[in-house]
Amino acid sequence: MSESFVTYAPMLPEFIIILGAIVLLMYGVFGSETQTEAVNVGWLSIIVLITATVALLWAVDGSQSLFLGAFKNDSFARFMKILAIAGSICALMLAFDDFSDHGIMKFEYPVLVMFATAGMMVMISAGDLIALYIGLELQSLALYVMAAYRRDSVRSSEAGLKYFVLGALSSGILLYGASLLYGFAGSTDFQVIANAAKGTDASVNLWLIFGLVFLMVGISFKISAVPFHMWTPDVYEGSATPVTAFFATAPKVAAIALLVRVSMSAFPGIAPQWQQIITFIAIASMLFGAFAAIGQTNIKRLMAYSSISNVGFALVGLAANTAEGVQGVLIYMSIYVVMTLGVFASIVCMRRDGQSLEDIHELSGLAKNNLPLAFGLMILMFSLAGIPPLVGFFAKYHVLLAAVQAELYGLAIFGVLASVIGAYYYLRIIKIMFFDDSRDPFQPVRFNPGVIILTSALLMLVGVTILGPFVDAALIAARTLTL
Amino acid sequence: MGLTEFFFYLFASVAVLSASMVIVARNPVHAVLFLILTFFNAAALFVLLGAEFLAMLLVIVYVGAVAVLFLFVVMMLDIDFSELRAGFIKSAPLGASIGTLVLVELILVVGLSQFPSNIVGQPAAAIDINLTNTEAIGRVLYTKYLFIFQGAGLILLVSMIGAIVLTLHHKTGVKRQIISAQVARVPESAIEVVSLVPGQSIIPSRDEDGTA
Repeated sequence: MSESFVTYAPMLPEFIIILGAIVLLMYGVFGSETQTEAVNVGWLSIIVLITATVALLWAVDGSQSLFLGAFKNDSFARFMKILAIAGSICALMLAFDDFSDHGIMKFEYPVLVMFATAGMMVMISAGDLIALYIGLELQSLALYVMAAYRRDSVRSSEAGLKYFVLGALSSGILLYGASLLYGFAGSTDFQVIANAAKGTDASVNLWLIFGLVFLMVGISFKISAVPFHMWTPDVYEGSATPVTAFFATAPKVAAIALLVRVSMSAFPGIAPQWQQIITFIAIASMLFGAFAAIGQTNIKRLMAYSSISNVGFALVGLAANTAEGVQGVLIYMSIYVVMTLGVFASIVCMRRDGQSLEDIHELSGLAKNNLPLAFGLMILMFSLAGIPPLVGFFAKYHVLLAAVQAELYGLAIFGVLASVIGAYYYLRIIKIMFFDDSRDPFQPVRFNPGVIILTSALLMLVGVTILGPFVDAALIAARTLTL
Repeated sequence: MGLTEFFFYLFASVAVLSASMVIVARNPVHAVLFLILTFFNAAALFVLLGAEFLAMLLVIVYVGAVAVLFLFVVMMLDIDFSELRAGFIKSAPLGASIGTLVLVELILVVGLSQFPSNIVGQPAAAIDINLTNTEAIGRVLYTKYLFIFQGAGLILLVSMIGAIVLTLHHKTGVKRQIISAQVARVPESAIEVVSLVPGQSIIPSRDEDGTA
């Protein structure tokens, strides 16, 4: 009896989250239907998520494989899971005040966030095509609902529908690829696929290549990489801001982790084949994200294009196909999540007379009205632009370094170019805040977003001092995949 | 050609034909009926393969639930199909040309390569001949695939929560049926004996809105 408990200990965090979600669902159903009660459920779900993180860190060490390889627990998985849970917690915290203002705080929202997080954790740990798909769908289904969550708003419904239709399409493509791979290898296990792929000449075996391409396309939809990004701006704009903050962080982490794991553990033998795809997607995403964001006046659309560009940068590390490259991806995603959460917390603070504002010109002269907020947002924008000594610079440094070490000079050059172009629109926001005429002040910053802005801005400022151990941890996590 | 091959080609061709009719049919209700026909033929193909459990599942789930739901949606939603079709006709040349292009590419790529004669990897283990379909599925569903099975269950739970979140409105000022109150009713509270004086009208003793 006790032995079987030990065997399943690597799944303890998932158990905690799923069980917590089901218990909180019951608590919400039989509790009173007030906004404060829903916020209570929200705080309880944050406690559950924190407990799961603790379990993740202390339950088991090393690498384990459960359910005949369908569930993998290693330091790469733990690293990405902590990141995804952190994103979920912060996005939840942003939601409480904002939803209560609009009278739409319901206990289902935190429950959905928890199920989505559980789905992400299954994705991150997937060692099998079916587990990959189950995790992806568990996450996506919760996200579709959250996109349409503000159901009295037409834009939110549109966002939900658009996300759902394109998500279903991408799932179909992914499943088709998975079925081709199963037909090729005779198994859905990544290890078996890897062994089968190693012995064949990939340039001849079109079935393997077709499966690989379809799988990559399906996942690219989920991380909104160019050319599969078209849903991103509309969904980001239409959804409620706290939901967008969630979309831009945790699911991206999970899908990138999934892409990295599939590429590194199922197709190591035919790396040149997928490196081509990733290289193209990375360059296209970086450049398109940078150029398309220039003309945006809605800050949520701007952040959507920014996230497309950032995903491109993260993929630069994967394209290198080395431990250093994966380390770069891990560092990049961590820093990206912190910066993005800070920026979205600032967007949540853009309120005047109870109205949420989204136009970037509403920020004009913010420095004269609310210097701390303007200063925090300035640091985050400088960091997103990749200006040293802020931490955002080191994110870009590590992925580009990995690309150079792997002799992908063209990719690195495009990365630098895209980062220069991208700097323009980040700096433009700073210019608007500090040098334009001031408008009426925003409503005072509330506690939850305030804490998140403060933490992320501080991390960007002084993070350099703690970057060393963090970089080492990322390298250890990356090595578990490349060995 | 053996009997099995004959039935395979029969069911397969009817399935393909009815599947194309789903798209071509003018009347959306007919389209759904053709979809049901497709499902039945697919189920028959499963039977030919010896997978009778999957065949029954397909009939019960897809025909019994999904297709009937489609019918409901088609009949209940007020969609102007002629308007939709007008848009379709407008963009049909573009769609057709792209479709042809992709088809030609696929034929060139797939047709010019030979199908791998030896599928690499291991083939799925053969099922014990003495087991029924249902038993064989049950044996792996709750052991080898327990994790995935439970995950699928969670997906269904999430979709249920999602449907409720997006559609449930608690309307105020609507009369609701209170079953406990109805059951607890006794003759004394339901019937009132009024003694009438000839020629006098009955004075209503309760509200006209019928809340009682």
